[in-house]
Amino acid sequence: MTLQTVLLVAAALFSVGLYGALSQQVVVMVMMGLELMLNGLIVAAAGFWWFLAPDPSGQVLLLVIIAAMTVEMAMGFAVATHLHRVRRVDMTDMAADLNG
Amino acid sequence: MITHISFWVFAVVAVLSGAAVFWVNSMARASYALALSFIAVGLQVLLLHQNYIGVVTILMMVMEMAVMAVYMVMFMGMNPALMPMNMVHDKRHALAAAVGAFLLLAAGAVLIPWPARRGTPPAGVTVALGEELMGPKMLVMAVVGAVIAATIVAGVVLAAHRTRYDRLGDDLRRRPANDPQPGGVGR
Repeated sequence: MTLQTVLLVAAALFSVGLYGALSQQVVVMVMMGLELMLNGLIVAAAGFWWFLAPDPSGQVLLLVIIAAMTVEMAMGFAVATHLHRVRRVDMTDMAADLNG
Repeated sequence: MITHISFWVFAVVAVLSGAAVFWVNSMARASYALALSFIAVGLQVLLLHQNYIGVVTILMMVMEMAVMAVYMVMFMGMNPALMPMNMVHDKRHALAAAVGAFLLLAAGAVLIPWPARRGTPPAGVTVALGEELMGPKMLVMAVVGAVIAATIVAGVVLAAHRTRYDRLGDDLRRRPANDPQPGGVGR
C-alpha cells in the first residue's frame, strides 16, 4: 500500500463515477455517479493524510467532503421529488429547460 | 502483509462494485452495489488509521443507500428488483471522458515523484480530530452546520406537497386557509 496505489484506486472510482454522471438518464442514477466521484475523493484525501500530512486538519477536510456528499444527496432527492411531483418525470432529458 | 492484502481486496471490491452500479439491470441492485463500494472504501479508510471517518462513512452511506432503495420503490412505479433498465445517453462520449479522466489522474499518481512518507499521526487520532474541531477548526464545523440546516429547510420546501403559500396565497393573507379538509379551531 503506497500513496500511488491509493491514488490509482481513487482515480478508478472517480472515473467510474464520471461515466455514470455523464451517461445516466435517471436523476437518481446521476446522483449515484456523483457519489462515486466523491467516494474517490475520500480515498485520495485519506491517502494524502496518511502518507503526507498526518495532522488533524486533514481529517477535517475529509469531514467536509462527507458533509458535501450528504448535502448533495439531500438536495438531489428533494429536487427529484419535486420534479416527479410537478411533471411526473424522473429523467434528466425531460428536465432540460435550462439547456442552451 | 495482511494490511496490504486487505487494501487490495477492498480496492478491487470498491471499484468493481462501483462499476456494477451502472452495469446491473435494476436500480435496487445498483443502490446496494454502491453501498458495497462505500463499505469497501470505509474499510480502506480504517486501514489508513482514520477510525472515526471510516466508521462514519460506512454508517452514513449504508443508511443513505437504504433510503435510496426505498425512494426508488416509491417513485419509479415498477418493481425495481426485477425491471431491467438501460437508460443511458451518449454512452460513447461518457466512456471516452471517463477513460481519459482515469488516464490523466493515473498518470499524475504514477509519474509525480511524491515525497517519501513524512510525519507521524497523533497517538489518539479521533481525540486529536475532536480537539481540532472544538478548537482551531471550529469555524469549519460552524459553517458546515449552517449549510446542513439550510439544506434541511430547502429540502423540505422543495419536497413538500403543500406549503403555507398553497394554504394562504402568495401574500399569505387568504382567510380561511385553502385546505383540502376543513377543520381545526375556528374554521
